Amino acid sequence: MATKTIKVDYLARVEGEGAFKVVMRNGKVRSAELSIFEPPRFFEAFLCGRAYSEVVDIAARICGICPVAYQMSAVHAMENALNVTVDGPLRALRRLLYCGEWIESHTLHIYMLHAPDFLGYDGVVDMAQDHGAAVTRGLALKKAGNEIVALLGGREIHPINVRVGGFYKIPSRRALARLAESLKKARDLALETVTWAAAFDFPDRERDYTFVALRHPDEYPYNEGRIVSNRGLDIATADYDAHFTETHVARSTALHSHLSDGGAYLVGPLARYNLNHDRLSPLAKEAAKACGLGASCRNPYRSIVVRAVEVLYACDEALRIIDSYEVPARPAVPVALRASVGFGATEAPRGLLWHRYRLAADGTIAEARIVPPTSQNQPSIEADLADFIEGSLDLPDEALRHLCEQTVRNYDPCISCATHFLRLDLERG
Amino acid sequence: MPTAGQRCVVIGIGNPDRGDDGVGRRVAQSLRGRLRPEVEILEHGGEAASLLACLEGVAAAYLIDACLSDAPAGTVQRFDVTQMPLPLDRFGFSSHAIGLAQGVELARVLDRLPARCVVYAVEAASVATGAGLSPPVAGAVEAVCEALQAEIQDRGAADD
Repeated sequence: MATKTIKVDYLARVEGEGAFKVVMRNGKVRSAELSIFEPPRFFEAFLCGRAYSEVVDIAARICGICPVAYQMSAVHAMENALNVTVDGPLRALRRLLYCGEWIESHTLHIYMLHAPDFLGYDGVVDMAQDHGAAVTRGLALKKAGNEIVALLGGREIHPINVRVGGFYKIPSRRALARLAESLKKARDLALETVTWAAAFDFPDRERDYTFVALRHPDEYPYNEGRIVSNRGLDIATADYDAHFTETHVARSTALHSHLSDGGAYLVGPLARYNLNHDRLSPLAKEAAKACGLGASCRNPYRSIVVRAVEVLYACDEALRIIDSYEVPARPAVPVALRASVGFGATEAPRGLLWHRYRLAADGTIAEARIVPPTSQNQPSIEADLADFIEGSLDLPDEALRHLCEQTVRNYDPCISCATHFLRLDLERG
Repeated sequence: MPTAGQRCVVIGIGNPDRGDDGVGRRVAQSLRGRLRPEVEILEHGGEAASLLACLEGVAAAYLIDACLSDAPAGTVQRFDVTQMPLPLDRFGFSSHAIGLAQGVELARVLDRLPARCVVYAVEAASVATGAGLSPPVAGAVEAVCEALQAEIQDRGAADD
């Protein structure tokens, strides 16, 4: 009887602190566990008692890589609660801000975290010795994303310019015109990125995932849409709770999410792409086709190519928004307070990010819930590890360990984000 | 105005909400008004890719960050990173995927390291969320400022 354990105690090239353990016995995977030991941060608890208006900046602090996503889900939930509609150019500017974050976050993952797996390097510094031009391209592309977030968000990280009802300050046409010049160059770099990533060697693995993402009538989803799946789910944001459950597992400080029938599901670029391929811009669609990515893709290792297509889309969409931009009459619409409950779901770079808030009549937050993408993907990450590794048990340990790490990194897991919501139950005598 | 090739930047790196990790930024704040006006003083969260962007076209860069080694809290170490890499294990606690030590190495590999590039590292006692600077680290801020002031002013005089 042969038992073998592949273990990585501290995952590299992911955001936050996690580990995994795969136990094999007699040629079968007995268990595959992703452990998240990043300390919980209790964001939901300390949002309670704060004013509705503070959540936008507090939620941004959940993540240094995807703060816009947290701001956007939070601000939309508040606007939903307070029955405020932000449309026209203000809505477009928020979409533009989100484009910036996708470019930043995806490019960081593609070039600095994930590409070394495919090209056989320990990390980006080693990779840059042989692939300097590619890394330079990645840095220039990421910079364009930073420029968008800095202009619309007031600074590159943890932006501070979004408020319930709109923005504090609106960019000038001239500033946007300058941004467009950077973005035109970035779009070319993004196109090169698609071609570059598509030429990697990908493990030939697929799974029949349940994909879950937002879907909007006209747009590739960022800020708005119904929550849909490839298995017939089609619900409003407010109905999320009736269809998904969160449970605590001992090995993780992040809750695990499942569909209410118990099934695992997948959120993120692969899910978005499969459910919204028809909403991509012609340029992004064409680039995907040219590099051999069909309208559907179930190989998670190819998610790096899907991210590249999404970066191209984000550059293209940002330029479209700037081109059709009309200066709004005012930076924000007025807000009237009331006791209410609001929901917001947006597409963070790593997938669906759902928020729910209950407000008291004076706008104080009475209850907050945040479901981040990485917590939703944990069961799928474990299932991938179990499934894919079983076919590769003949690999030497080191190669097998690397395949496991690469498999986890397919998800670009943001472990810090996933760990702020451990429930704290206090019994008082 | 200095041309791109002569730019001199001081970058305080860290997260001010993580205890002593904020020391770099505190040094940057304390230096405002104390250096030649053409020296740019920046504060930065430490994410390597955007840090590299800050080094574009820079001739001299002075970076200040917290570090964790076995030295007593508040100990200040100076590294000329044009001569050798930063010891990776002391700069490995960045909450970002790629921290300062790797950022410096990436700049070196891509031939983007400024001709003069110095890192001042202050030994941290605690990087607890929400904490301010610990007394030994707060006590080291002025010494780092004075060292940088002397180094940058001397450099300016030498260039004149």
